[in-house]
Amino acid sequence: MANPRSFEWFHRLGSPQGFYRMTTPWLPWLAAAALGLLAVGTVWGLGFAPQDAKQGNSFRIIYIHVPAAFLALAGYYVMAVAGAVGLVWKMKLSYMVMKAAAPLGAALTLVSLVTGALWGKPTWGTYWVWDARITSMLVLFFLYLGVIALHHAYSNGEAASKAAAVLALVGTANIPIIYKSVDWWYTLHQPATIKLTEAPSMHPDMFQPLVVMIGGFYCLYALVLILATRVEVLHRERRTRWVRDLVMGGAD
Amino acid sequence: MAAPELPVTKAVRALLARDLTLAIRHRGEMANPLIFFVMVATLVPLGVTPEARELARLAPGMIWVMALLSSLLSAETLFLSDHRDGTLEQLVLSPQPLWLLVLAKVLVHWLVTGLPLTLLSPLLGVMLSLPAAGYGPMMASLALGTAALSLIGAIGAALTVAIPRGGLLLSLIVMPLYMPVLIFGASAVQQAVDGMAPSGPLAVLGALLAFSCLMSPFATAGALRVSLHG
Repeated sequence: MANPRSFEWFHRLGSPQGFYRMTTPWLPWLAAAALGLLAVGTVWGLGFAPQDAKQGNSFRIIYIHVPAAFLALAGYYVMAVAGAVGLVWKMKLSYMVMKAAAPLGAALTLVSLVTGALWGKPTWGTYWVWDARITSMLVLFFLYLGVIALHHAYSNGEAASKAAAVLALVGTANIPIIYKSVDWWYTLHQPATIKLTEAPSMHPDMFQPLVVMIGGFYCLYALVLILATRVEVLHRERRTRWVRDLVMGGAD
Repeated sequence: MAAPELPVTKAVRALLARDLTLAIRHRGEMANPLIFFVMVATLVPLGVTPEARELARLAPGMIWVMALLSSLLSAETLFLSDHRDGTLEQLVLSPQPLWLLVLAKVLVHWLVTGLPLTLLSPLLGVMLSLPAAGYGPMMASLALGTAALSLIGAIGAALTVAIPRGGLLLSLIVMPLYMPVLIFGASAVQQAVDGMAPSGPLAVLGALLAFSCLMSPFATAGALRVSLHG
């Protein structure tokens, strides 16, 4: 495989300009996939999936809550891996991905916390309990906030990226420890409230729309991440000729 | 021609001696987190209840939360004065491995902040009417735990040292990382008060300390390089 062209895509991906040009044709497809999956999942989940025997209609918030929680955690790893790639290979683009992933992940964590609270009120009679999973999500939210705050505090863009990447990596090493210790803390105290474990098995009629929604959220995440990275590319390369040509000339 | 290099052990010993001397000459600075520790302990009975039985129930957790806050307060001082007078730059440029120098600095930092905090904690136990069974595990857990907190705090201190008014930011980025230490520290004391052996949580605290000993010097050294040279 001595074909030099086989790695060309990787080099193109490494240069911000190449990434910008490469992702332009992806956007409509991703947008269509996200929109389609989310529309199908929402209508199916909210309108056609059967009611839950105990929770009635309120369980339907699961169709937003679970995908958001999935991506909130996955998003932290996206951010940390992008930061690590930036630190190891000094790839500017991956710092931009990291910067774009941080607020996106924080927003998803907040969505999962808020939907969880709204779900808790009709189901368990309270907005907030110190359950292990809720507490871990809250700590994850704080970790995101720390990375964002550190990034904003530096005036030098390069140093900001590196510092945020180091912090994201330290956080990655700590996430399993935090999760395990919060879990242990919860079993130790075992408050008298109802346990928040979900039903171990969902009926397929409820589960299938959830899978569609998770797929839709993944597409949406990818779309927003690419869009935010493209904005970051334009911002950081604003003094280069190709960006000027793009903005002034309108030609790609 | 290469300059004659200082052996690593000698460099570390010199740094230890220098940092200790500096700390002893600035005794006031050393006392501040301790005064804070005692003052916050006064707030608990004022804000919650002076009743001994209630206080005893809160004491293990409150003492640990206060120890965490006071250790957070002192973490900022770890690199700040060295950064201001240029010493930190020299340490980063020196041929000795930076992680080892960082470890030496953190060790001194713990000796002048975490260790006094541990030794002072029985006083807080009395103030908050901690049951007698809790004193031993409290000191053991604070000794192990504050060392881990110093190591974790060093990463945050290194990341924020070049930022003006980075103290608040330091708390923000470090506090989530402190949480496991708090959980196991407080529960070691709580278990002892409840009549169970505290060895389990203490062992986990020891493991956390060992893990942060392995990770933190390298992360801190990397963070210092980023902070100083971008």
